[in-house]
Amino acid sequence: MASFAGGALPPDHVIVSALRAGDEAMFAALLDTWSRGMLRVARSYVSTDDSAEEVVQDTWLAVIGAIDDFEGRSSVRTWVYRILVNAAKKRGLRESRTLPWSALEFDGGPGVDPSRFHGVDAGLPGSWKVAPAAWPTPENQALAAEVRGLIAEALAELPPRQRIVITLRDVEGCTSEEVCDILDISPANQRVLLHRARTVVRDRLEGYFRSVMAAE
Amino acid sequence: MGTEGKAGSVVKRFTCGELVEVVTAYLDDALDEPDRAAVESHLARCADCGLYLDQFRATVRAVADQPGEQLSQPVRDRLMAAFKARHPSS
Ligand SMILES: [Zn+2]
Repeated sequence: MASFAGGALPPDHVIVSALRAGDEAMFAALLDTWSRGMLRVARSYVSTDDSAEEVVQDTWLAVIGAIDDFEGRSSVRTWVYRILVNAAKKRGLRESRTLPWSALEFDGGPGVDPSRFHGVDAGLPGSWKVAPAAWPTPENQALAAEVRGLIAEALAELPPRQRIVITLRDVEGCTSEEVCDILDISPANQRVLLHRARTVVRDRLEGYFRSVMAAE
Repeated sequence: MGTEGKAGSVVKRFTCGELVEVVTAYLDDALDEPDRAAVESHLARCADCGLYLDQFRATVRAVADQPGEQLSQPVRDRLMAAFKARHPSS
Protein backbone atom coordinates (compact mmCIF):
# COMPACT_ATOMS: atom_id res chain seq x y z
CA MET A 1 0.00 0.00 0.00
CA ALA A 2 1.10 3.50 -0.77
CA SER A 3 2.32 5.95 1.83
CA PHE A 4 1.97 9.69 1.39
CA ALA A 5 3.20 11.04 4.68
CA GLY A 6 3.92 14.68 4.01
CA GLY A 7 4.17 14.06 0.27
CA ALA A 8 2.11 15.21 -2.68
CA LEU A 9 -0.59 13.01 -4.17
CA PRO A 10 0.40 10.89 -7.18
CA PRO A 11 -0.98 11.52 -10.69
CA ASP A 12 -4.68 10.92 -11.33
CA HIS A 13 -4.37 7.59 -13.14
CA VAL A 14 -2.49 6.19 -10.14
CA ILE A 15 -5.13 7.52 -7.75
CA VAL A 16 -8.00 6.10 -9.80
CA SER A 17 -6.57 2.62 -10.22
CA ALA A 18 -5.60 2.50 -6.53
CA LEU A 19 -9.13 3.46 -5.48
CA ARG A 20 -10.64 0.90 -7.83
CA ALA A 21 -8.33 -1.74 -6.38
CA GLY A 22 -9.43 -0.87 -2.85
CA ASP A 23 -6.17 0.74 -1.71
CA GLU A 24 -7.10 2.05 1.75
CA ALA A 25 -3.95 4.15 2.16
CA MET A 26 -4.80 5.99 -1.02
CA PHE A 27 -8.36 6.65 0.09
CA ALA A 28 -7.11 7.83 3.49
CA ALA A 29 -4.60 10.14 1.79
CA LEU A 30 -7.35 11.74 -0.30
CA LEU A 31 -9.60 12.10 2.74
CA ASP A 32 -6.86 13.79 4.72
CA THR A 33 -5.66 16.00 1.89
CA TRP A 34 -8.93 17.25 0.44
CA SER A 35 -11.52 17.14 3.23
CA ARG A 36 -10.29 20.34 4.87
CA GLY A 37 -10.85 22.37 1.70
CA MET A 38 -14.12 20.54 1.03
CA LEU A 39 -15.40 21.45 4.50
CA ARG A 40 -14.46 25.05 3.91
CA VAL A 41 -16.20 25.21 0.56
CA ALA A 42 -19.28 23.31 1.75
CA ARG A 43 -19.57 25.67 4.71
CA SER A 44 -20.10 28.59 2.33
CA TYR A 45 -23.26 26.94 1.01
CA VAL A 46 -24.85 25.60 4.18
CA SER A 47 -25.73 27.09 7.53
CA THR A 48 -23.79 25.03 10.08
CA ASP A 49 -20.48 23.21 10.49
CA ASP A 50 -22.42 19.97 11.02
CA SER A 51 -24.28 20.36 7.73
CA ALA A 52 -20.99 21.02 5.99
CA GLU A 53 -19.51 17.84 7.42
CA GLU A 54 -22.55 15.85 6.32
CA VAL A 55 -22.20 17.23 2.82
CA VAL A 56 -18.53 16.23 2.76
CA GLN A 57 -19.40 12.78 4.09
CA ASP A 58 -22.10 12.31 1.43
CA THR A 59 -19.66 13.45 -1.21
CA TRP A 60 -17.07 10.84 -0.24
CA LEU A 61 -19.76 8.16 -0.13
CA ALA A 62 -20.79 9.17 -3.66
CA VAL A 63 -17.12 9.05 -4.72
CA ILE A 64 -16.75 5.54 -3.30
CA GLY A 65 -19.87 4.46 -5.18
CA ALA A 66 -18.95 6.09 -8.48
CA ILE A 67 -15.19 5.65 -8.81
CA ASP A 68 -15.66 2.82 -11.32
CA ASP A 69 -17.63 5.22 -13.54
CA PHE A 70 -15.08 8.05 -13.39
CA GLU A 71 -14.24 8.82 -17.01
CA GLY A 72 -11.28 11.09 -16.56
CA ARG A 73 -12.81 14.01 -18.42
CA SER A 74 -11.64 16.26 -15.61
CA SER A 75 -9.09 15.87 -12.84
CA VAL A 76 -10.13 13.64 -9.93
CA ARG A 77 -10.11 16.65 -7.65
CA THR A 78 -12.41 18.60 -9.97
CA TRP A 79 -14.74 15.61 -10.16
CA VAL A 80 -14.87 15.27 -6.37
CA TYR A 81 -15.43 19.00 -5.89
CA ARG A 82 -18.20 19.07 -8.46
CA ILE A 83 -20.00 16.35 -6.54
CA LEU A 84 -19.41 18.36 -3.39
CA VAL A 85 -20.70 21.63 -4.79
CA ASN A 86 -23.84 19.94 -6.14
CA ALA A 87 -24.51 18.28 -2.80
CA ALA A 88 -23.83 21.51 -0.92
CA LYS A 89 -26.14 23.52 -3.17
CA LYS A 90 -28.97 21.02 -2.67
CA ARG A 91 -28.42 21.07 1.05
CA GLY A 92 -28.31 24.87 1.04
CA LEU A 93 -31.62 24.95 -0.83
CA ARG A 94 -33.20 22.69 1.77
CA GLU A 95 -31.92 25.08 4.41
CA SER A 96 -33.26 27.99 2.37
CA ARG A 97 -29.78 29.31 2.10
CA THR A 98 -29.08 30.01 -1.53
CA LEU A 99 -26.11 31.72 -3.03
CA PRO A 100 -26.92 34.27 -5.68
CA TRP A 101 -24.54 32.70 -8.19
CA SER A 102 -26.24 34.22 -11.15
CA ALA A 103 -26.87 37.63 -9.64
CA LEU A 104 -23.93 39.97 -9.42
CA GLU A 105 -22.99 40.49 -5.84
CA PHE A 106 -20.47 43.20 -6.65
CA ASP A 107 -21.03 46.50 -8.36
CA GLY A 108 -18.30 46.15 -10.94
CA GLY A 109 -16.33 49.05 -9.51
CA PRO A 110 -12.60 48.90 -8.86
CA GLY A 111 -11.16 46.69 -6.12
CA VAL A 112 -8.69 49.23 -4.80
CA ASP A 113 -10.15 52.45 -3.39
CA PRO A 114 -9.89 54.98 -6.29
CA SER A 115 -9.19 57.79 -3.83
CA ARG A 116 -5.73 56.31 -3.36
CA PHE A 117 -4.78 57.56 -6.82
CA HIS A 118 -4.44 61.04 -8.28
CA GLY A 119 -7.33 62.30 -10.36
CA VAL A 120 -7.25 63.46 -13.97
CA ASP A 121 -6.21 66.99 -13.03
CA ALA A 122 -2.96 65.87 -11.41
CA GLY A 123 0.45 65.92 -13.09
CA LEU A 124 0.42 62.13 -13.23
CA PRO A 125 -3.23 61.05 -13.29
CA GLY A 126 -3.82 57.62 -11.84
CA SER A 127 -0.55 57.51 -9.89
CA TRP A 128 -0.41 56.74 -6.16
CA LYS A 129 -1.17 59.69 -3.88
CA VAL A 130 0.57 57.92 -1.03
CA ALA A 131 2.73 54.96 -2.03
CA PRO A 132 2.05 51.63 -0.31
CA ALA A 133 4.27 51.33 2.76
CA ALA A 134 6.70 48.43 3.11
CA TRP A 135 5.50 45.59 5.36
CA PRO A 136 7.48 43.99 8.15
CA THR A 137 8.41 40.36 7.56
CA PRO A 138 6.28 38.35 9.93
CA GLU A 139 9.25 36.29 11.07
CA ASN A 140 8.20 36.18 14.67
CA GLN A 141 5.65 33.54 15.61
CA ALA A 142 3.24 35.88 17.36
CA LEU A 143 2.99 38.14 14.33
CA ALA A 144 2.56 35.16 11.98
CA ALA A 145 -0.26 33.79 14.15
CA GLU A 146 -1.96 37.17 14.19
CA VAL A 147 -1.70 37.41 10.43
CA ARG A 148 -3.30 33.97 10.11
CA GLY A 149 -6.15 35.01 12.38
CA LEU A 150 -6.63 38.25 10.51
CA ILE A 151 -6.81 36.44 7.18
CA ALA A 152 -9.31 33.92 8.58
CA GLU A 153 -11.48 36.86 9.64
CA ALA A 154 -11.14 38.58 6.28
CA LEU A 155 -12.05 35.37 4.43
CA ALA A 156 -15.09 34.80 6.64
CA GLU A 157 -16.38 38.29 5.86
CA LEU A 158 -16.04 37.99 2.08
CA PRO A 159 -19.18 37.56 -0.04
CA PRO A 160 -19.65 33.76 -0.43
CA ARG A 161 -18.68 33.49 -4.08
CA GLN A 162 -15.46 35.41 -3.54
CA ARG A 163 -14.72 33.28 -0.49
CA ILE A 164 -15.28 30.05 -2.41
CA VAL A 165 -13.05 31.10 -5.28
CA ILE A 166 -10.15 32.36 -3.13
CA THR A 167 -10.43 29.22 -1.00
CA LEU A 168 -10.19 26.92 -4.00
CA ARG A 169 -7.41 28.90 -5.68
CA ASP A 170 -5.22 30.16 -2.88
CA VAL A 171 -5.93 27.89 0.09
CA GLU A 172 -6.43 24.62 -1.80
CA GLY A 173 -4.16 25.41 -4.74
CA CYS A 174 -6.61 24.63 -7.55
CA THR A 175 -5.84 26.04 -11.00
CA SER A 176 -8.15 28.61 -12.56
CA GLU A 177 -9.36 25.94 -15.03
CA GLU A 178 -10.27 23.62 -12.16
CA VAL A 179 -12.18 26.39 -10.38
CA CYS A 180 -14.11 27.28 -13.53
CA ASP A 181 -15.02 23.59 -13.99
CA ILE A 182 -15.97 23.09 -10.36
CA LEU A 183 -18.18 26.17 -10.19
CA ASP A 184 -19.34 26.38 -13.82
CA ILE A 185 -18.19 29.96 -14.17
CA SER A 186 -16.27 31.70 -16.93
CA PRO A 187 -12.53 32.41 -16.61
CA ALA A 188 -13.28 36.15 -16.57
CA ASN A 189 -15.83 35.76 -13.78
CA GLN A 190 -13.44 33.56 -11.82
CA ARG A 191 -10.70 36.15 -12.14
CA VAL A 192 -12.89 39.05 -11.02
CA LEU A 193 -14.02 37.16 -7.93
CA LEU A 194 -10.47 36.07 -7.07
CA HIS A 195 -9.03 39.51 -7.67
CA ARG A 196 -11.59 41.21 -5.45
CA ALA A 197 -11.08 38.70 -2.69
CA ARG A 198 -7.28 39.02 -2.80
CA THR A 199 -7.52 42.81 -2.87
CA VAL A 200 -9.72 42.82 0.23
CA VAL A 201 -7.32 40.51 2.07
CA ARG A 202 -4.29 42.59 1.04
CA ASP A 203 -6.03 45.73 2.28
CA ARG A 204 -6.67 44.09 5.63
CA LEU A 205 -3.03 43.11 5.94
CA GLU A 206 -1.97 46.61 4.96
CA GLY A 207 -4.15 48.14 7.66
CA TYR A 208 -2.84 45.69 10.22
CA PHE A 209 0.84 46.24 9.35
CA ARG A 210 0.31 49.99 9.40
CA SER A 211 -1.02 49.80 12.94
CA VAL A 212 1.80 47.45 14.01
CA MET A 213 4.45 49.78 12.63
CA ALA A 214 2.78 52.86 14.09
CA ALA A 215 2.88 51.20 17.51
CA GLU A 216 6.61 50.53 17.31
CA MET B 1 -5.70 53.26 -21.34
CA GLY B 2 -3.80 53.39 -24.63
CA THR B 3 -1.90 56.29 -26.13
CA GLU B 4 -1.05 56.58 -29.81
CA GLY B 5 2.50 55.58 -30.63
CA LYS B 6 4.19 56.49 -33.88
CA ALA B 7 3.05 54.99 -37.19
CA GLY B 8 -0.42 54.46 -35.77
CA SER B 9 0.57 51.53 -33.54
CA VAL B 10 -1.09 51.74 -30.17
CA VAL B 11 1.31 51.58 -27.26
CA LYS B 12 -0.54 50.50 -24.16
CA ARG B 13 0.19 52.28 -20.91
CA PHE B 14 -1.28 51.59 -17.52
CA THR B 15 -1.67 54.12 -14.74
CA CYS B 16 -1.00 52.83 -11.21
CA GLY B 17 -4.74 52.78 -10.58
CA GLU B 18 -5.30 50.62 -13.66
CA LEU B 19 -2.36 48.36 -12.97
CA VAL B 20 -3.57 47.30 -9.53
CA GLU B 21 -6.77 46.00 -11.15
CA VAL B 22 -5.01 43.64 -13.55
CA VAL B 23 -2.56 42.14 -11.07
CA THR B 24 -4.44 38.84 -10.74
CA ALA B 25 -4.73 38.49 -14.52
CA TYR B 26 -1.01 39.30 -14.79
CA LEU B 27 -0.04 36.69 -12.18
CA ASP B 28 -2.26 34.12 -13.96
CA ASP B 29 -0.59 34.95 -17.26
CA ALA B 30 -4.06 35.72 -18.58
CA LEU B 31 -3.30 39.13 -20.16
CA ASP B 32 -2.95 39.51 -23.89
CA GLU B 33 0.48 40.48 -25.12
CA PRO B 34 0.11 44.29 -25.32
CA ASP B 35 -1.33 44.39 -21.79
CA ARG B 36 1.35 42.08 -20.40
CA ALA B 37 4.09 44.20 -21.97
CA ALA B 38 2.44 47.35 -20.62
CA VAL B 39 2.36 45.90 -17.10
CA GLU B 40 6.03 45.00 -17.31
CA SER B 41 7.13 48.37 -18.62
CA HIS B 42 5.10 50.07 -15.88
CA LEU B 43 6.66 47.84 -13.22
CA ALA B 44 10.13 48.59 -14.62
CA ARG B 45 9.70 52.27 -13.84
CA CYS B 46 7.30 52.33 -10.89
CA ALA B 47 8.67 51.11 -7.57
CA ASP B 48 5.33 51.76 -5.83
CA CYS B 49 3.49 49.32 -8.05
CA GLY B 50 6.42 46.90 -7.73
CA LEU B 51 5.91 46.99 -3.98
CA TYR B 52 2.16 46.57 -4.42
CA LEU B 53 2.73 43.49 -6.58
CA ASP B 54 5.15 42.04 -4.00
CA GLN B 55 2.55 42.57 -1.29
CA PHE B 56 -0.14 41.02 -3.45
CA ARG B 57 2.05 37.94 -3.92
CA ALA B 58 2.82 37.87 -0.19
CA THR B 59 -0.93 38.00 0.46
CA VAL B 60 -1.55 35.02 -1.82
CA ARG B 61 1.18 33.06 0.02
CA ALA B 62 -0.23 34.05 3.40
CA VAL B 63 -3.74 32.92 2.44
CA ALA B 64 -2.32 29.48 1.58
CA ASP B 65 -1.16 29.23 5.19
CA GLN B 66 -4.68 28.94 6.61
CA PRO B 67 -5.21 26.11 9.07
CA GLY B 68 -8.55 24.35 8.80
CA GLU B 69 -10.85 21.88 10.43
CA GLN B 70 -10.41 18.23 9.50
CA LEU B 71 -13.19 15.68 9.41
CA SER B 72 -14.18 14.49 12.85
CA GLN B 73 -12.86 11.05 13.78
CA PRO B 74 -16.29 9.31 13.71
CA VAL B 75 -16.99 10.57 10.19
CA ARG B 76 -13.51 9.62 9.02
CA ASP B 77 -13.93 6.13 10.54
CA ARG B 78 -17.33 5.75 8.88
CA LEU B 79 -15.90 6.68 5.49
CA MET B 80 -12.94 4.32 5.83
CA ALA B 81 -15.37 1.56 6.77
CA ALA B 82 -17.56 2.34 3.75
CA PHE B 83 -14.52 2.21 1.49
CA LYS B 84 -13.44 -1.15 2.94
CA ALA B 85 -16.98 -2.53 2.68
CA ARG B 86 -16.95 -1.88 -1.02
CA HIS B 87 -13.69 -3.75 -1.47
CA PRO B 88 -13.96 -6.71 0.93
CA SER B 89 -11.29 -8.63 -0.96
CA SER B 90 -8.41 -6.32 -0.04
ZN1 LIG C 1 2.61 52.48 -10.69
